Amino acid sequence: MNFKPDKYGYYGEFGGAFIPELLHRNVEELQQQYEGIIGDPAFQKEYADLLRDYVGRPTPLYLAKRLSEKYSTNIYLKREDLNHTGAHKINNTIGQILLAKRLGKTRIIAETGAGQHGVATATVCALMNLDCIVYMGEVDIKRQAPNVARMKLLGAKVVPATCGSKTLKDATNEAIRDWINNPEDTHYIIGSVVGPHPYPDMVARFQSVISEEIKKQLLEKTGKENPDVVIACVGGGSNAAGAFYHFLDSPDVKLIGTEAAGMGIDTGHTAATLAIGTPGVIHACKTMLMQDAYGQITEPYSISAGLDYPGIGPLHAHLHGTKRASFLSITDEEAVKAAFLLCRLEGIIPALESSHALAALEKVKFQKHETIVVNLSGRGDKDLETYMNKMNHEQN
Amino acid sequence: MSRIKELFEKKKKELVSIYFTAGFPTVDSTMQILSALQENGTDIVELGMPFSDPLADGPVIQHSSEVAIKNGMNLDLLFEQTKEMRKSISIPIVLMGYLNPLLQYGLDKFLKRAAENGFDALIIPDLPIREYEMQYKPLFEKHGLQNIFLVTPQTNEERVRHIDKISNAFIYLVSSASTTGAKDKFATEQENYFKRIASYKLNNPLLTGFGISNRQTFEQACKYTNGAIIGSAFIKALEKDNNIKSVVSNFIHSIVKEKVA
Repeated sequence: MNFKPDKYGYYGEFGGAFIPELLHRNVEELQQQYEGIIGDPAFQKEYADLLRDYVGRPTPLYLAKRLSEKYSTNIYLKREDLNHTGAHKINNTIGQILLAKRLGKTRIIAETGAGQHGVATATVCALMNLDCIVYMGEVDIKRQAPNVARMKLLGAKVVPATCGSKTLKDATNEAIRDWINNPEDTHYIIGSVVGPHPYPDMVARFQSVISEEIKKQLLEKTGKENPDVVIACVGGGSNAAGAFYHFLDSPDVKLIGTEAAGMGIDTGHTAATLAIGTPGVIHACKTMLMQDAYGQITEPYSISAGLDYPGIGPLHAHLHGTKRASFLSITDEEAVKAAFLLCRLEGIIPALESSHALAALEKVKFQKHETIVVNLSGRGDKDLETYMNKMNHEQN
Repeated sequence: MSRIKELFEKKKKELVSIYFTAGFPTVDSTMQILSALQENGTDIVELGMPFSDPLADGPVIQHSSEVAIKNGMNLDLLFEQTKEMRKSISIPIVLMGYLNPLLQYGLDKFLKRAAENGFDALIIPDLPIREYEMQYKPLFEKHGLQNIFLVTPQTNEERVRHIDKISNAFIYLVSSASTTGAKDKFATEQENYFKRIASYKLNNPLLTGFGISNRQTFEQACKYTNGAIIGSAFIKALEKDNNIKSVVSNFIHSIVKEKVA
């Protein structure tokens, strides 16, 4: 089975580039150039140097002993939370900013949900001295205030998206509209494996450093480079794409993605796209999405702003369709419970997004001898307010 | 001969094309607006099918779509409302909307019903040429419906000529690199772009859209192309006044010098 896209960006039936003519030249330029630019040894060196010296890679692969004891297996945490800016998002923004420079672009736009991608974009724009405009849903601006402050401090302009559900979907619409209005000087740094071809593939490649490192680190630690199971949370799906990437063609490695069920997949307040979605086109990509009978896109809900998205990357839709990966739905409550558990057992405060991956440990039975890797995609500093509210609520 | 071809045979300059969103301002206004537009000499109508996430549209059309969906507009209702429109409406009507609702409805079924009701063509901004040619073209041909493509300031000559080759109604010339929305006037670089496209001497007629809001922008657009499409400015006018007949009449006559009909 093939998990690389064809030349038009299709993973099986999913993918493609359903862009208005207004974006044709920009997207075509990217399609024609991204592989050449990324493959260039000078680019590779600059990218690798920045990941090492600026981002702090490789991130540790940590054997979580107490967590392993609790679940009677061997659980390794891939510590993407220890990256500069606190999440995996910067792996992609470093790559794309170097690409934007090579394309001669001077203005950078981005969308953000939890604010992690916005911060990672603002960071690399400061580093490279490029103008940065980040679109963020009005609802997310309120619930992720610390990241809004970070972006501003880094010199980015944060523009609220005030339409629809005022979350990630709407921020993405606004960013695409900005790109339509500024086709000459602007590069759009999409934060996930979504959007028109070549974004899903390009972002997956930049994030694939995660599984590349996991292989090396596991070999050192266990003598085997493949784990039995890899678990990652999926909104658009960039950290999962990165954690799965080098295992896609090894069928012996079980891949588990966790979607945000919100209040439950049958409650109408959910973001579990694969659980309740159907095929369609969102943000210029054919994929699974949440929609009503007339194809109007449904407003998603999740406690986690980073997973609050009604679509999913076409790679994941394909992995789901071909059953190469399995996908679980994790409710808000289950995610918060998993977060609290990690805090107390391992002294690590995970992001709400990553907590959805940790919650899978409760749902899947593992063998004692198995090696499980959970991608801890980000740290929980931005979610302290939500966690404190939940904790106070539990105590009362 | 198709209604669109016939129109362009008959009239080559200063064609007035108006866009409005079905189900806006009220769920029942669709046919009233269509009739009023025809009465006041509109040459072509673009009837928008509202979508929750209209990527290529500016705030005015976004808002009208949101209202229309809230009003309960959907494709079944639209086809019901326009079932008998050809008894009274003779001007060409183009359906404009985004791909996802059409896929969810079933593209074959959608095109069949559109053709049965007497719609003349389609504009689907997020159905690019490559995907159209790769997957969907046979369905459009089966139902005898034309898909209308956009040309923008970034479209190079080779691609413009390709679009001309696969078009059979008119080409939608996007006035500037932007989402839809009203502008007061066009800059020199836009004039140069209009001149560049005009110099290609294409087979298909050209209608200019995006940013046409008043007589000045209408006349500038008409200097180099066969006419212009007005959307956001018309929607804004509809927002201000609920007497559809007078809104339409006043609006059309603020754009064209004298009554066309």
